[in-house]
Amino acid sequence: MNPTTTQLLQQEVPLSWYLLLSAVLFALGVVFLIKRNLITVFMSIELMLNAVNLSFVTFAHQWHEVKGQIFVFFVMMVAAAEAAVGLAIIIAVFRARATLAVDRIDLMKL
Amino acid sequence: MHLILFIVFAGICLAGAINLLLQTHPINSALSLIVVMTSLAVLYLLLGAEFLAAAQVIVYGGAIMVLFTFVVMLLNAGREERTLGSRSARVVGFPAVAVILAVVATVILHAQGLGTADLSAGITSTEDLSSVLFTKLLLPFEVTSVLILIAILGAVALARHGHGDPEGKSERTGEQ
Repeated sequence: MNPTTTQLLQQEVPLSWYLLLSAVLFALGVVFLIKRNLITVFMSIELMLNAVNLSFVTFAHQWHEVKGQIFVFFVMMVAAAEAAVGLAIIIAVFRARATLAVDRIDLMKL
Repeated sequence: MHLILFIVFAGICLAGAINLLLQTHPINSALSLIVVMTSLAVLYLLLGAEFLAAAQVIVYGGAIMVLFTFVVMLLNAGREERTLGSRSARVVGFPAVAVILAVVATVILHAQGLGTADLSAGITSTEDLSSVLFTKLLLPFEVTSVLILIAILGAVALARHGHGDPEGKSERTGEQ
């Protein structure tokens, strides 16, 4: 094993890279909101929640603080509740309108 | 080793997220979201959050994504028409996202005092996590369980067949 490989193996990752990854994932989630399918729009919201979770875990690691990780735990619980209710709403909307395209679901009342 | 693992899984994560954007069929998007979530679980492990890595795989990769794929298949969601969004999204939205991302990236890269992600400080064990969760943060935990209960009741009430329409007249029963 040559010295550069050993150096590469032992190199540590700056925490800012994790935060950058989190920011990029969040931006991708925002860009994604232009999708035309109700379910895919909902998935992009999950992606944004995950991006924020990653930065929570990063800061928890930075400050050696357990509470940051516990906050991620709460976010996961809320996301699970949100997914259950949101998907139930999607099913109800699909029953009423027989479409999932967000362009065609633009009225509160039938 | 840490660097290599980070690069590999961050790359998989970003590739999954971009694939999510490019796919037109919702089931493909759901499967690439599972890839994103699983690689995020590995990143959590690299940051020493072992419980969260397990919870990420179980709750997100397992429960939530199964729910998503189930709904996609139940509704038989077809291919969506490809679009670049509305005009306002193109003119205002994308530049705004780019600017915000640039600002955040600049702030992050100039931040002082951010350490490195080494595991010398030790992995946060489930014991550490739960001793704080069940002593100092017991009330929020219990409130979360009430929230989950309300969400279950709401989901059942919303998805019940013939909700608010006992005769089922407005139901499109022929489509099942």
